[in-house]
Parts: sequence; structure tokens; C-alpha cells
Amino acid sequence: MTTTVQDVAVSPWMRKDLLGLWELSADEIRLILQTAGSFREVSERSIKKVPALRGKTVVNLFFEPSTRTRTSFELAAKRLSADIINIAAQTSSLSKGETILDTVRNLEAFNVDIIVIRHQSAGVPHAIARKSAASVINAGDGSHEHPTQALLDMFTIQEKKGRIEGLNVSIIGDIAHSRVARSNVWGLTKLGAKVTLCGPPTLMPKHLDDWNTRVTFDVEEAIEGADVLMLLRIQHERQETTLVPSLREYRLRYGLNAERLARGKPDVLVMHPGPINRGVELDSSVADGPNSVILEQVTNGLAVRMAVLYLVAGQGRPPSIEEK
Amino acid sequence: MSERVIISGGRVVDPANKRDEIADVIIENGRIADILAHVSAKPKRNGNGASNGATVIDAQGCIVAPGFVDLHTHLRQPGREDKETIETALRAAVSGGFTTVCAMPNTEPAIDSRGVVEMVRQEAQRVGLADAQVIGAVTIGRQGKELTPFAELFEAGCVGLSDDGSPVGHSLLMRRALEYARMFDRPIIQHAEDSQLAAGGVMHEGAVSTRLGLRGMPGAAETVMVARDIALAELTGGWLHVAHISCAETVDLIRDAKRRGIRVTCEATPHHLALTDAAVGDFDTLAKVNPPLRTDRDRRALMQGLADGTIDAIATDHAPHTDWEKEAEFDQAPFGISGLETALAVCITELIETKALAWPQLIERLSTTPAKIARLASGSLAKGAAADITVINPSLRWRVQAARFASKGRNTPFDQKDLIGRAVAVLRNGRLVYEAKEAGEA
Repeated sequence: MTTTVQDVAVSPWMRKDLLGLWELSADEIRLILQTAGSFREVSERSIKKVPALRGKTVVNLFFEPSTRTRTSFELAAKRLSADIINIAAQTSSLSKGETILDTVRNLEAFNVDIIVIRHQSAGVPHAIARKSAASVINAGDGSHEHPTQALLDMFTIQEKKGRIEGLNVSIIGDIAHSRVARSNVWGLTKLGAKVTLCGPPTLMPKHLDDWNTRVTFDVEEAIEGADVLMLLRIQHERQETTLVPSLREYRLRYGLNAERLARGKPDVLVMHPGPINRGVELDSSVADGPNSVILEQVTNGLAVRMAVLYLVAGQGRPPSIEEK
Repeated sequence: MSERVIISGGRVVDPANKRDEIADVIIENGRIADILAHVSAKPKRNGNGASNGATVIDAQGCIVAPGFVDLHTHLRQPGREDKETIETALRAAVSGGFTTVCAMPNTEPAIDSRGVVEMVRQEAQRVGLADAQVIGAVTIGRQGKELTPFAELFEAGCVGLSDDGSPVGHSLLMRRALEYARMFDRPIIQHAEDSQLAAGGVMHEGAVSTRLGLRGMPGAAETVMVARDIALAELTGGWLHVAHISCAETVDLIRDAKRRGIRVTCEATPHHLALTDAAVGDFDTLAKVNPPLRTDRDRRALMQGLADGTIDAIATDHAPHTDWEKEAEFDQAPFGISGLETALAVCITELIETKALAWPQLIERLSTTPAKIARLASGSLAKGAAADITVINPSLRWRVQAARFASKGRNTPFDQKDLIGRAVAVLRNGRLVYEAKEAGEA
């Protein structure tokens, strides 16, 4: 088996936390992708478990409903032999009269090693990381960042295309409210991809001068010449009625269907962070078609999350993976 | 009781009487008896002391100014005494050089009746440090539906009316408020914000909010409201005072309205003059304030507006909160900065040291014009006036330590910042109500 991630001489991982891709260097991103490459192979063994994190405790602290990401982290921790508990808290802590930091101080009292957190409010992982001795992994904070999603997207692109540098990646959908878009923009541009953002003006942020991206409101323009099309979920729950007139109009104007796809490069990758709104941003025939790598994204997510858990827990030691 | 105090040898800056000279201020029985050419005092080179039965305050190297008047203070009492009480707020006020504060009505209950006005004034009198004037609510319960009893509120001593924090959005109601207040010759003070445009916003809408994925409040949410209110002030002849303006375009709108003779005044806060949305950094709730910290362009326009007189007053918008509330998620944490104890030093550091303003201009914005807007006799060192005086060491360098604030609110983005200048002695009615403990470099 050849490794799909190119071997790059990189310095060891020195961060306690993974909060976002904004603050990471290109080398740090490459290190995560490289480490994920090693773990990807573990999941293909008959015994899918390594002792790397034996004795470590991981808490999945999810303030927003999530199946995919939570399961992915849970499985990743288990395959690294860590102990993991899931806490689903649906409300803002203030409504209970305590702050989010009170919740975390309680967890700290159990001496947990890693807190994986998803929260509807941007910046919560950062606030926790500042106050907590435990490593914090951001599993999505509001509309801010979703670093492991972007890392698994980049891992998938790298695996399928052999490189990221120089590729044309178009991200189509609700850019303004998307943490996936933000993390991908920071990550992809750092690794040299040319990123195009596409969506209606009401879903496009207005202050993008320092984003180093191209913006278009025309989906045909975003498809033309693209090596990767990354579709974003149109999130009903974050929408006010005034953002787009209707989902039907969105589908007609921006939905990716076979006809539109045919005008793109034959080998264009179609990606989606899930869950898909079939028939809104993505036609079923495209979602299940030959250009789609949506399920590979899920598979790679496991390897990427193993890598992230491993790196923040180990801080600095190079990967050494032996079968038990 | 005949009490005599001499503030000796300071630079007396009193814009109301066009005075700026080294002089001795003579205070008798709580009032300014005279201001005389400085007599080089004989025995008291080493600090303060007594001379011929008079208390002497050595103000050499200091600025002697009329006590500051804050048009925008949140006392929190009644209702949120865990955030601040009238006593802690007034203690904070005098340590910041303010001898008068104007209390905003967003208490619980709101200040919308004579009873609450009297309660606040009585408690302030009991505390006795700084004077507390009261701004009543425009609408009952600050609900934006029915006007409060204006006559009763003004008779009880209110200096203006505002639904601060909850803008008066209903255009006809705002028209009526401006119109009706004319017979009292008092301002309607507007927190200028279009609630629909700003809905859900937690910081300025710009490059920083875009990066952080936080809902922004566009500058237009302020300017839309200011433009409407100026039109209503023009229509009614009423007196509009725009609170804590934050946008370059607002400065332009008000400059233009003044030029056209419309009765509009306004204020800006020290934090909007000193900071931009970059202060939010990585989700620092201490920089979460409404109106939000905006861009450097806005900040510079505010400075320009202060210098050319478009902005009449500097007001603190002192908004104390508990630590645990500010520890919440960024989008859940309350808006506000505890400002009384840093206002002067921020102004000196950002306005005097940069030569954006000269001393008489700064004193005018902190004392003279706010006193005029509240129609108070203070803000002047005229002979016979009550001796509300702030003595400022203009070059003292010190580090802000929020943990040592007199205010209960330690919520300030200036914590641990090095600032220049501070009030070293504050007199109200001729009585020393504050004296800095450390005279030297802090």
C-alpha cells in the first residue's frame, strides 16, 4: 500500500488544542493530513484498534444535535483505545443559571484529557481552551469553524487528486452562515488551492477582502473549470425568510443537477459535508453519481479525527502505530 | 461652618468662562469664592497641608477643571444590585473624576414614574459622593408603546428622557415624544438603532465578524435611525440627543443637521474613540458592547467630530456586569463596558497625547457641554458656583487593574492596559470626595 499523503518533513505538533484552521500553518495542516494517512490504514485491518490513547479519557460534549460528527469522534476515540463518554446538552447553559465554563469546570473535576465540543455559539471552544487544562477539539462552533470537517475534505481531495495546490475548488451555498466554508477557505488557501465562493448575495458575506477567494453569484461560473465542487447544506434552521425567497427558487438557481454537472470537468469531485437536502442543493442523481465522493468523506473523517485526537493527546511525539 | 479650601498652583481650565491659566482656586462654604493669580506658596512645597486655617491642595503640574458630568451611566439600582449599586457606582464616578452622573432608566423597575426617580435621588443623596441626576423613560416600562407621564417625571427632576437599550422604533411615538417634550425644553435621548436591521447582532458587521462567524450589526442600523430621528426633530422642533454615536456616517448626518439649524446634540464614549472591532479578537466578551466597536475609519471620524464640535459630549455608557455573565458564550453575554474609572485616562491617552484635542476642548466635552445638555449649573468654575472640581494629573502613567475598581463591574477591555493621566483629587460642593492614594508612578 502506498501512502496517499505525500511525506513532507514537518515539525512536531505543539498545540494543546485544535480550535480552527485560521491559526494553523500550512505545515501543521500537512502534519494532520499525513498522520491521518497512517490511521486510514488502521481502519482497513481486521482488528481496527491501536493502543495509542489507552488510559486517556475523551468527552464528546455536544450542545447541538449531531449524528455524523459525534459518531465519527466516538469511533475514532475507541479505535485509539481511549475511554469516551458522550454528553448531549441541548440548551444554553445560562438558561440553567450556570455558565458554559461551570459545565467545563465540572468535567475538569473528573480529570478528562480531551474535550470534543460542538456548540451553537461561535467561540465557545476558544473560551473553554483558555480556561481548561484539557485539550479542546472544536467539532463545530456556530458559524465560525469546523476544522475536522475541512481537514477530512482536504484529505479526500488530496487522496483523489494527488494534490491540493493549484486546484480550483468551488464552494457553493450558504457561505455566510457556514462554519464548513470558513474552515475550508482557511485550510485550502493555505495549501495553495484557488477557492471560488458561490451563492446568492444574501448568503454571501460582504467583507471578504482578506479571504483570498473569488466570489460569484453565478453557479455556472463556479462549475466551469472547477476540480472540486463543495456543496453546502441550505440550513433551514439558521434561515430567516428573507435570505432566499424559497427553497424552490434556490434549487432552480443554484441546485447541482446532472445537466449543470455535465458542463463541468468530467473528473470533477462532488463533495458535501452532510446531511444532504436531496433535491435542494444537490440532485439525487448527482449525490449518488460517479463524481460524488460523499461517502469517502465520511470514511476519511474517521482517520482525520483519529489523527487529531492522537496529535493533541501526544503533543510532539511522531506517530508510531503497532497492532496490539 | 466656614470652610476654606485653596487649590493651589494648578492650570485652571474652565471653558465655560474661557479661562486657561495657572491660578489658585479659593473655595469658601462649598462655593467658588475666587480664582486668583497664583501666589507661590511658602511652606507647602511638599504636598498638601493647611495654611491660615485653609486646607490647601497642591495642584502644581495638574489640571484643575470643573467636575465631569456623565450623561450616560447605568447605576443598575433598583433591580440589579449584584451588578452595581448606586453607592458603588458613585464611588466609581468620583474615582474617575465625575461629580455628576445621569442615571439611565433601564433599571428593574424602569425609571418611568416619580417614585423611582425619587428613590434613586434619595439614595444618591444618602451616599453623597457624586450627584446623581436621573433620565426617565420615554415609554412605560420602556416597552415602546405608551408615553410616560413626562410632566411628572420632569417635575421630579429628570434631565431628559430615554428608552436607552430599547430604541423608540415607532416613528409616530417618537414624533410625539419629541413634540411633547418641547414644553419642558428637555431632550429625548435616543439609543439609535434599527432593531430589525441589528436583530441578533453581537458585534460590528465587518471583516472581524465575518471571520469569526458572528452575527454583525451594520453601521446602517445606527444611521437609518439617526436619519429618521433628525427628520422628526426637524418636523417637530423637538430636541434630539443621540446617545453613544459610533459611525462615521452618523457624525456626517449630525454635522449636517446642526448646520441646518436642527436641534440635535450627541455624545460619544471613550471606548468608541479608543478601540475598534479588532478588540473582539478571539471572542473577548469584554469588548462586546452596544453600539459595537466599529472600524478605524469610524473611530477617526468620531475624533474629528469631537474636535470640530459636532460631538457635544463624551459620555461613559458605564455598564457594569458580573464576571459570570461576561463568561457566557459570546452571543449570550450581555453588552457593556464598565467605564467610569477609565474614561478620563482613555481620553487623555487617545485624545490629548495624540494632540487630537487640546485640554480646554477635552474639559468642554467632559464638563461644560454635558452640564449644558442636562441644564445643570455645574460644569463651570464661575465665582459663586458650587465647587465641583476635578484635579487631574495629566502625565501620571498607570496600569488599569479592574480587580481594584470601586465599581462592582470589572468588565473592561482596558484591564491591564497602560494609560496616561488620572483624577487625583475630586471635590463636590467644596468637600474632598476622592483623593488618589498613590501620588507617584503607579
